Amino acid sequence: MELVYTRTKTLQEDKVSGFCPGCMHSTIIKLIGEVLEELDIVEKTTLITGIGCCGLHMDYVDYDEITAPHGRATAVATGLKRTNPDRIYYTIQGDGDFAAIGLGESISAANRGENITVIFVNNAIYGMTGGQMAPTTLLGMKATTAQNGRNAKEHGYPIHMCEVLNQLTAPVFLARCSCNNPQNLRKTKDAIKKAFINQIEGRGFSMVEIVTSCLTGWGLSPLEGLDYLEEKMFPEYPLGIVRDI
Amino acid sequence: MAKVEIIIERCKSCGYCVKFCPRHVLEIGQEVNAKGYEYAKTVRPDDCIGCTICGQMCPDGAINIYR
Amino acid sequence: MAKVLMKGCEAIAEAAVRAGCRFFAGYPITPQNEIPEYFSKRMPEVGGAFVQGESEVASVNMVYGAAAGGTRAMTSSSSPGISLKSEGISYAAAARIPMVYVNVCRGGPGVGVIQPAQTDYLQATKASGNGGFRMRVFAPATVQEAVNMTYKAFDYADMDRNPVLILSDGVVGTMMEPVELPPMKSDDEIERIKESKKKISCIGHPLGERVWIKPGVWDTIMWENINKDAEKLYESWADQAEWESFMTDDAEVIVTGYGIAGRIARSAVEIARGQGLKVGLIRPKTVYPFPYKAYEMIDYSKVKAILDVEMSIPALFLEDVKAAVKERCPISTYLRSGGNLVSREEMVSRIKKLASR
Repeated sequence: MELVYTRTKTLQEDKVSGFCPGCMHSTIIKLIGEVLEELDIVEKTTLITGIGCCGLHMDYVDYDEITAPHGRATAVATGLKRTNPDRIYYTIQGDGDFAAIGLGESISAANRGENITVIFVNNAIYGMTGGQMAPTTLLGMKATTAQNGRNAKEHGYPIHMCEVLNQLTAPVFLARCSCNNPQNLRKTKDAIKKAFINQIEGRGFSMVEIVTSCLTGWGLSPLEGLDYLEEKMFPEYPLGIVRDI
Repeated sequence: MAKVEIIIERCKSCGYCVKFCPRHVLEIGQEVNAKGYEYAKTVRPDDCIGCTICGQMCPDGAINIYR
Repeated sequence: MAKVLMKGCEAIAEAAVRAGCRFFAGYPITPQNEIPEYFSKRMPEVGGAFVQGESEVASVNMVYGAAAGGTRAMTSSSSPGISLKSEGISYAAAARIPMVYVNVCRGGPGVGVIQPAQTDYLQATKASGNGGFRMRVFAPATVQEAVNMTYKAFDYADMDRNPVLILSDGVVGTMMEPVELPPMKSDDEIERIKESKKKISCIGHPLGERVWIKPGVWDTIMWENINKDAEKLYESWADQAEWESFMTDDAEVIVTGYGIAGRIARSAVEIARGQGLKVGLIRPKTVYPFPYKAYEMIDYSKVKAILDVEMSIPALFLEDVKAAVKERCPISTYLRSGGNLVSREEMVSRIKKLASR
């Protein structure tokens, strides 16, 4: 019999990721590894991680990585891409990194049309630091800094980054997807591949927002997390291609 | 014929493979790995059709599939 | 070599380009605006890249990125902008990234004033960001020095694999002086420099040979060892401090100051010498590593007083002078701040008072 599926060799063979059971950060980094192999660009690629759970990738991937200060991954990617245009740079950032402290960098890099690929992992909470409220936290959703649940009057509304960036002229690809079931997993991988192909072809700024669960932050089991995604997250963050030009 | 191989030390007992296997080949076992996770195991190996969904859904790449 | 009349900020930028700097990101802030302006015009001419970042924070991180890719890269700002950049600089120091940056100091704290000052001395020499890292810090007093120091800074940065700071000020930055510009590094040489850093640059490598730019890790032992390596580097600079001693041999009063204050002090010393006063000058050119040796060479049996001259209230440079002098002689100060310049006449009158004691 022939081996038809195994973990991508872009991850260090001896390593098991530091993510919580069922955390889809692991799934995402696996999908990215598969895409890099399929596009044969592993040796030209550098991962720029933000700070947060996305930072856990740094010691897990087997290709070049640089850690950016919290919120600044797209700026670091800008500097790298502008000086090494033939290399491939992509960021992995959480909602705190991309939509809170890094909102300025995120919008500016997108508005400049930097030819980079952004993977934005939206789990509606700060995972690494123990469950604080994020800009994407749902109304009514509890967090350690919104212990009675997020309310609009005090905490404002969940931010929709695909739609926010869709106001800008430069971005070429904005998609929101999830890995919550095999069909969506495949769509996520296709979106990631599309985002990398855009960069290879020099077409400009691509962002894939991946709606995931944060099981520790949400206080749910992996399978309960899947239900929460369907019942609560997707109504707020509808999946689909927001822009593909 | 197809076969699923669990890489025990990578499994974190999240249950995705069990849930999404269309043939219910897998279940979470009672044995634990070094980190104390009850790792998945095949309970109906002959029903496996090698569709690789379990491997794809597994966040940590703990499943190899042969066909 | 012919001299050309240039404004300090523009001369610094041109020196960087000639040193092989091929990426600059910065943000407008007085009095360093001419640096980004100059780069925006010049970089395309030499095949480099310029980005006006959306903030100083973004700009320093663009440079941190470009430098981590092996490109000679620079950013600049003035005082509050430098505060904003401190995290990025700390990351560059943590990950040992060769990066040059320039502070054209203005009056602080806060937004302060846009006029020149030396109120960032402690920030520059003691704590340019979190984590206790160190950097070589050069303090130019003339546009020529600013050119030479900037040009050399890129070599130091690559040699040390560490950020280097040019601590200038609004005077040197905005005045024009004839300067001799250093030779332009050829594209081949610039490519060779970048190639030489390939093994530490995140530009993609085969599996198993990856480059991991580490501004931080999870493993405490690994990080402690990284701190120890950095400490060895910092200690290796101890005897590389640079300074100017002027007429100190028979001096009874020594004036000491860095940057523009040191330069004005030199004029004051010349005037005072003209009036028969035995006065000398010690002007540090590097303010880190600090030239303690210069103060060891003072003949304290002859020197009655030291006059610390700074454009900062409270005095900051004074702290290092005190550490160097070790109470072997009284130190008095002549301080201006708020963007006001120290004046030669005032210095001469104070030298007279100190000499007559």
